[in-house]
Amino acid sequence: MNKLTKKIKGLKKTTKVDFATYLGVILAFVLFSVLRDAGVLNRSITGMLVPICAYIVMAVSLNLTVGILGELSLGHAGFMSVGAFSGVIASQSLQAAIPSAPARLAIAILVGAVFAAIAGTIVGIPVLRLQGDYLAIVTLAFGEIIKELINCLLVGYDSNGLHMAFNLDGSLTINDIGMEPGGMAIIKGAQGATGTETIASFTAGFILIMITLVIVLNLVRSRAGRAIMALRDNRIAAESVGINVTKYKMMAFVTSAALAGAAGALYGLNYSNLAASKFSFDTSILVLVYVVLGGLGNMWGSIIAAAVLYFLPEALRQFADFRMLVYAIVLILVMLATNSEQLKTLAGRVLPKRKGAAHNG
Amino acid sequence: MAEKKFEKGKMVPVPSHSIIPERDLDKSPILECSHLGIDFGGLTAVNEFNITVGRTEIAGLIGPNGAGKTTVFNLLTKVYQPTRGTILLDGLDTHGKTPAQINRMGIARTFQNIRLFNNLSVEDNVKIGLHNQEKYSMFSGILRLPKYWRQEKAAHERALELLSIFDMQDLADHQAGSLPYGAQRRLEIVRALATNPSLLLLDEPAAGMNPSETAELMENIVKIRDTFQIAIMLIEHDMSLVMGICEGICVLNFGQIIAKGTAEEIQSNPTVIEAYLGKQQ
Repeated sequence: MNKLTKKIKGLKKTTKVDFATYLGVILAFVLFSVLRDAGVLNRSITGMLVPICAYIVMAVSLNLTVGILGELSLGHAGFMSVGAFSGVIASQSLQAAIPSAPARLAIAILVGAVFAAIAGTIVGIPVLRLQGDYLAIVTLAFGEIIKELINCLLVGYDSNGLHMAFNLDGSLTINDIGMEPGGMAIIKGAQGATGTETIASFTAGFILIMITLVIVLNLVRSRAGRAIMALRDNRIAAESVGINVTKYKMMAFVTSAALAGAAGALYGLNYSNLAASKFSFDTSILVLVYVVLGGLGNMWGSIIAAAVLYFLPEALRQFADFRMLVYAIVLILVMLATNSEQLKTLAGRVLPKRKGAAHNG
Repeated sequence: MAEKKFEKGKMVPVPSHSIIPERDLDKSPILECSHLGIDFGGLTAVNEFNITVGRTEIAGLIGPNGAGKTTVFNLLTKVYQPTRGTILLDGLDTHGKTPAQINRMGIARTFQNIRLFNNLSVEDNVKIGLHNQEKYSMFSGILRLPKYWRQEKAAHERALELLSIFDMQDLADHQAGSLPYGAQRRLEIVRALATNPSLLLLDEPAAGMNPSETAELMENIVKIRDTFQIAIMLIEHDMSLVMGICEGICVLNFGQIIAKGTAEEIQSNPTVIEAYLGKQQ
C-alpha cells in the first residue's frame, strides 16, 4: 500500500488529474447505475442519463477545439446533427442484418463519427488555412446549413436498400422516393427521424465518454497535442520550430468533429422521434457555455459543467415560468465565483499545496 | 553533431566579400544571401543584402534602431518572402519555403519580443522544439503504443539535457510564462536548439539582462557553438557582447550594409561611427 502511495506521488501532476478524471467518471457511472437499479431515481432523471452522456462527449470534444486548439467553433451542433442522422440511418437500415442492439449501436456511433469527420474535413480544409475568427463564422453557417439540409432530407429503406431524396421545393413526400410498399421511412423531412428503435443505453454512453476521454487526454499529452497547444499559445513561434500549422489544426478540428458525431449518434438513438431543429444554434451555444464554464482546456471541468448544467433546468422546474431566468442567474454567479480573486486567494490558503494559486490569477 | 535531414546541394564557392573565420574556409558556407531585398509597398526595408556565414561562425548583425536587422531575420526564416535575391542554406535554395519548412531545413531562431508557449511547462516548450525529431503517429500517441513510451522517454531525457546547458533542468515543471525575463530568453534559445539547427538566429539575446547575466550568456553562446558545431548569427545592441564574441560583424543602416569585418575593423570604421553618432562637425 505504501509502495502504491509513493508511486502515485511520483506521477506528474497532469497524469494525476487524468487518472482522477477517469476515476470520477467510473464512480459516477457506478453510483447512478446502482441508484437507478434500486429505483431511487425518478423517471425524468433516468431519462436524462443518456443525453447527459452525449452532452458530456460534446463538451469534451468542443473543448478540444476551443480550449486546446484555441479556435472558436459555433457550429458544433451541426456535427452532432450529422452524426445523429447518419447514425440513425445506419442503425435503422442494419436492423435485419445485425439483430444485436449493442453491436448495431457501436456501428451507428462509428458511422456517425465518420460522417461528422468528413463534414469536419470539408469545413476545415478551406477555413483552417486562414488566421482570425473565420472558423467561428463558417461553423456558424455550417450548423444552419446542415439543419436546413436535413429538414428537406427524405430517407427510406426497403429490400432494395436505401432510398434518398432532397425535398427542395416542398413537393415531395416520403412516398415519392421510390420505396416498395412495405418499406420503412427513416427520415421524413422536417419531421426528422421517426419510428427509430431506441437502442442507446447509459452503459453505452459511459463507454463513449471513456473512449472520448482516452482519445482527447492521450492526444493532448502526446507529440501532436503539444503541437496543437503550441499553435494556440503562439502560432509564429510554433511555425518557427517547424510545426505544420494546417496539419495540426485539421487534426484537432476533425477529431473534435468526429467525437461530436459519435455523441450525436448516441443522442439520436435515444429518441424515437428526432427533428433537425433540435440541433440549432442554441445547442451549439449551450455546449460552448459548458466548455467555458468548465474551463478552457479543462476536461473534467467540461464533464461537470455539462452534467450539472444539463440537469439544472430540470431541477429548477419549481420556478416554473422563471426557470430560464434563474438558470441565467446561476450561470452568472458561477462565472463570477470562479473568476473571483478573493476566492482564489482563499483556495490558495486552504489548499497550501496549490503552488501559486493565490497570485497566478 | 547530428545527421542532416536533407540532401546537400552543390558546393558554393566562398565569395571574396566573406568574413568567414579561417577554420571554416575549407568548408562550404552554411548561409549565403545574395542581393536579398524586400519592399513594403513603396518602402525598401532591406536592399542588396549580401552575407556569407561560415559553418561554425558567430556572426553579428548590428545597426541603429530601425535599420532592418529583424527584417533580415524575418527574411531568412521566411516570415516575409523576399522581393529580390536568393538565400542559400547549406547550398540549397530556400525559395518559396514556409517558416516551418525553413526550420526543418536547419534554421532556428529566437524572437526580439519573447514568444514562448506561455501556458505550457518549460519541459513541454523544449519538447515542442523536439517535435520533428520524435516520429510517432497520432494513433501511437492515442493508443500509447510502445513506440510512444520509448520516444517520449527519449524526448524527456533530451529536453532535460538541453535545459542543462543553462542549468535550467530544475525549472522543467514550471510554467514557461511564469519564469523571470532572463530565464524566458534562455528557454527560447534552448527551444530553438532542440530543433537541431545548423544555423541559430538570436534576436537580441541579451536584452533586459544585467552585465553579469550578459557575461554568462556570452560564455554560453560560445559553448553552444563549440558543443553543437553550428553557426550562430545574432542581433544585439550590447556592444560588449558583439565585440566580445562575434567573429564577423555586419553593420546595417537604412536597410543597406554599410560595413563588414572583424570587431576591430568595425570599431574604427568612420561610416559606422557616423551611423551611430552622426557626422562630426
